[in-house]
Amino acid sequence: MLTVRHLTKSYRSAQEQVAVLRGVDLSVAAGESVALTGESGSGKSTLLHLIAGLDEADGGEITLGDIVVTGLHDSARAALRRDRLGLVFQQFNLIPSLSVADNLAFQARISGKHDAAWQRELTERLGLGALLKRYPEQLSGGQQQRVAIGRALASKPLLLLADEPTGNLDENTADEVLGLARDLVARTGCGFLMVTHSERLAATLDRRIHLHAGLIA
Amino acid sequence: MRRALWILAVLLSHWRRHPMQFATLLIGLIAATALWSGVQALNQQARTSYDRAAAAFGGTRTPMLVATNGGAFSQQLFVDLRRAGWPVSPVVEGRISIGGRSVRLLGIEPVTMPVEASAATEIGRTGAQAFLTPPGQALIAPETLASLGLTEGATPALNDGALLPPLKLQPQLAPGVLVVDIGIAQKLLKMPDQISRLLIGSTKGPRASLGSVVGDRLRLVKPDAETDLERLTDSFHLNLTAFGLLSFFVGLFIVNSAIGLGFEQRLPMLRTLRACGVSARQLNSVLVLELVSIALIAGVIGLVCGYFIAASLLPDVAASLRGLYGAQIPGQLTLKPEWWFAGLAISVTGALLAATSSLLKAVRLPLLATAQPYAWQQAQHRWLRLQGAGALLVFIAAGLALWLGDSLIAGFFVLAALLLGAALALPVILGIVLAGGERSARRPLVTWFWADSRLQLSGLSLALMALLLALAVNVGVGTMVESFSRTFTGWLDGRLASEIYLNAASEKQVIEIKTWLKTRPDVQAVLPGSRADLQFNGAPIELLGFADHATYRDQWPLLESTSDAWDRVRSGNAALISEQLSLRMKLKLGDRLDVPTPTGNWSLDVVAIYADYGNPQGQIGANVDALVKHFPEISQTRMGLRVASADVPALITAIRARFGLDGRNLADQTTVKTESLAIFNRTFAVTAALNAFTLGVAGVALLTSLLTLSNSRLPQLAPLWAIGITRRRLAGIELLKTLSVALITSLLALPLGLLVAWCLIAIVNVKAFGWRLPFHVFPLQLVQLLGVAMLASLLAALLPILKLLRMQPATLVKVFANER
Repeated sequence: MLTVRHLTKSYRSAQEQVAVLRGVDLSVAAGESVALTGESGSGKSTLLHLIAGLDEADGGEITLGDIVVTGLHDSARAALRRDRLGLVFQQFNLIPSLSVADNLAFQARISGKHDAAWQRELTERLGLGALLKRYPEQLSGGQQQRVAIGRALASKPLLLLADEPTGNLDENTADEVLGLARDLVARTGCGFLMVTHSERLAATLDRRIHLHAGLIA
Repeated sequence: MRRALWILAVLLSHWRRHPMQFATLLIGLIAATALWSGVQALNQQARTSYDRAAAAFGGTRTPMLVATNGGAFSQQLFVDLRRAGWPVSPVVEGRISIGGRSVRLLGIEPVTMPVEASAATEIGRTGAQAFLTPPGQALIAPETLASLGLTEGATPALNDGALLPPLKLQPQLAPGVLVVDIGIAQKLLKMPDQISRLLIGSTKGPRASLGSVVGDRLRLVKPDAETDLERLTDSFHLNLTAFGLLSFFVGLFIVNSAIGLGFEQRLPMLRTLRACGVSARQLNSVLVLELVSIALIAGVIGLVCGYFIAASLLPDVAASLRGLYGAQIPGQLTLKPEWWFAGLAISVTGALLAATSSLLKAVRLPLLATAQPYAWQQAQHRWLRLQGAGALLVFIAAGLALWLGDSLIAGFFVLAALLLGAALALPVILGIVLAGGERSARRPLVTWFWADSRLQLSGLSLALMALLLALAVNVGVGTMVESFSRTFTGWLDGRLASEIYLNAASEKQVIEIKTWLKTRPDVQAVLPGSRADLQFNGAPIELLGFADHATYRDQWPLLESTSDAWDRVRSGNAALISEQLSLRMKLKLGDRLDVPTPTGNWSLDVVAIYADYGNPQGQIGANVDALVKHFPEISQTRMGLRVASADVPALITAIRARFGLDGRNLADQTTVKTESLAIFNRTFAVTAALNAFTLGVAGVALLTSLLTLSNSRLPQLAPLWAIGITRRRLAGIELLKTLSVALITSLLALPLGLLVAWCLIAIVNVKAFGWRLPFHVFPLQLVQLLGVAMLASLLAALLPILKLLRMQPATLVKVFANER
């Protein structure tokens, strides 16, 4: 479902050109959960951002389903994120002025895939029923991340991308949140690619890919 | 569409969670729209009135023939021209007095009246027969009817006893004008077989040349796109527009500050929206849609407020225009649909203008940058240098305009450039002052005080600019008005030297009064006066006749004169001219005037120039006997009486009892001076009101900036609280900081305001009105304004300070929890 071939990306620093990704190849199948690990600066987040269409690759190809992501213009990449991807970040990135209920439904609504029954099920599974009228600032970190996962899965994406989703959470909360994410991914059948530093959490997913100096180790 | 609505709902949800910020945005837009639209409503109302006046039976909108010498001419010329194929229509014009009130009387001939002279068709429809056949009709505007205290159908008597035909209302007629059939007008004005001008219709056909029919007795006056009144009042409307524009921009400062902060706070939201699949184009479109929607709502409210502002200022504006230019403006506000649309357009344009920088940032929003809620404050510092360079360029442009320019527009440009340059330079100057304070500080808290004031400066600079501009304009206009007031009072003492002023009802009564006055031992002198109105070099002027008497020689407010000026005036071939006539027609001492009179040209040497403040028209002062000789038909009913002050009440009572003159025709010097000063004060009432509005809006700008900043101040204040500085002390420091920057700004506004006053007095007044004023500085007024500015700043700072004082420790602790 997700195929990445010979992906390269470099950034220009003050003095020199820094190659972050130097020809990455990977794939994630539907229903598969994959952990992407590596030391700081190995290019994990850059790879995730390129897959999500948040940034443009220098070379190589990313294919999601039947769509070649690389080469899409800004609006098409936005449509891809809206309709086929779910994104979860370390900083939660909820919309502070929307209630929990509205945050959960937001992406599904703008992609035209809002399904009230699925939203109810998500709310229930994520344990957010009592929090629907609250605002993000009134939630704990774990609660906020559960809302973020719910928002990402509400539109039933092909692929869920998560960038250090448990980085701001304590160990117990992290296990709980990741457990919920895995269950829901299994329930929807979508692919799941998660960037993490934690070997322990990486071991709970189907497969693990290690990135080192811009290459798959 | 549905998607766009969802995105719009998300964007709007920010305002729901930040109602104060939203209120700030609305207040700014409403204030900007209201003040701008209010001023425009006043201008539009006045211009509509000028159009009505101009269009009424051949004002300057219709081509016409007038006597070469400026006076009336024989009706026979009309007959000759019609026979020669000229589509001309006669008009006779003069002034009559009804119940002591002077009204312009127009006599027309509706059958030959060109259709372009609008109201003629109206007469045709309503019945030319009733207008033409005895007893005829006197057409009158509703405002004139009301001001004369008469009703439709009345037949009021003139001061000489003659009766007007029944009054008939005609709403499209200009105020202050009565229109009758030409035959009736000729009788009432005592101008048998005489015509003031001939209107020329647009009918094409063979016609003889003008010269072959009338010789050089008549000349052609082409229609003017702009009436005399419009030309005269342009400066007044420009003044109002400048005030409206200033308030508009001060309002936009508020909008810019609210939108800027709102945008920065919403940056993480915008990035999340992009991450969730909203394209940059769609996001930017919805941001613009959101802004336009808010601007339209604020625009409607602003227009309603603008209407009420205009309605409340209209009586004062009408008084100003009447006092300064003799223009008649109806007291009731009527607005055209264009005004409403223009108001909404200005609200939307203003909002987009104020949001330009934020929208540009949104367009360039980097999708992966980390959220930097306060980055905008730092970014402002980069602008400081650019702003300083911009200020320097604007000051250079002002200097060039001052050096090279010689027009009213150049004067206003100098003013605008001065204000803009000062506003741009303010943050730079404040930055230097605060950095100096920081360098000289020794104690850590004092160092922090100066450093944090500098940090806060970027967020406050727009509000402080607004305060600077509002204060400088207040100081400038206040100084100008006060200088004018002082000069005007001294000038009145010179011009109103007689103790009693009298206007007899008729020539017959004049003789009776003069005979009776000779029997009164308390009357020291009778000073006859007379006045003729004429066209001179294409502009209306007044020719004033006065007696040769020590009263005038000692007290007339001469600005410059030849040594034998009064002796030469007595001889009848020399004249004094007003300052505005001298400036307007570039006349100086020793020049010769050829004044057209009914008895031929009158050559007068200019021997003195005098101050004539508040008079829209140019004026020539000559010997009264010589004036009567050249204008044999003018009324000679006015006179001034010199009496010992103690004898004034008794003499007035005696004249009133014997000749039946009332307050309108008989007044003592004190009453006339009081009335003149009241008119003067009313003239500047609208300026004072706009001054107050502008200062008020600047106060609101400061308040809203402080309020919107108060939340973002927490990361700066919380660490100090954590190390043991109480909230009370923190609140005190915050208050001191606000007042310090406001004080520095206010102190900078004072010299700027004096510079504005100098520009108004030395450039704008001279070009706009034609008179120079001495420049005075009023220290007490400056101290008062400084006090008002500090009070406004204190009030603006109080609410955020109280908020800080009452802040719960939990809120301050959140700063350290990284969950804000």
